[in-house]
Amino acid sequence: MILCRITGNAIAVEKHPCYEGKIVLVCQPIDTAGKDLGRVFLAVDAVRAGEGDTVLASREGNTARQLTGKDSDPIHSVVLAVVDRVEMNDGTVLDGATRR
Amino acid sequence: MELARVVGTIVSEQKYTGLQGVKLLLVQPVDASLAPKGEPLVVADRFSAGIGQVVWWVGGREAALALTETFVPVDAAVVAIADDVYTGGKLARPEGKT
Repeated sequence: MILCRITGNAIAVEKHPCYEGKIVLVCQPIDTAGKDLGRVFLAVDAVRAGEGDTVLASREGNTARQLTGKDSDPIHSVVLAVVDRVEMNDGTVLDGATRR
Repeated sequence: MELARVVGTIVSEQKYTGLQGVKLLLVQPVDASLAPKGEPLVVADRFSAGIGQVVWWVGGREAALALTETFVPVDAAVVAIADDVYTGGKLARPEGKT
């Protein structure tokens, strides 16, 4: 699972039928300080997350298919939790509710 | 799944039987503002995406599932042609769309 911030969503008219009615979110991987890490990716929403939310996303097909569809659906990543906060051993806290 | 812009097509006559008729596209991954980021790659496509269009593609086992023939050696495939991408309250729209 990857710690991410939702930066928005993507819309497509022409798509694989398994994406009908699903929300596809743009996820920016972040570190525990909230700093961006690498390139954004897309994930199907399973927890009604929205823009600005800190979330956990999984980039593994089995998880994604279990949560969002059938076994034969080409869905590879899914948003599976909204993070409230990340508490580190050194006492630092990343507040998940911080919206940008 | 990731966003990428179509930058070319691959022509290959001799390929695995299950891949006959499957279009192969060269795509350039993009960030949320649709600016190029990272290294180009080849993806299989059944949606007939054109050059310049922004697609979203899946990798891994799910790539083959996105095609009509699902037991094929493919590790990246297009699952949709992106129309709009909203990020940070802003709309990024692929070129050629109004």
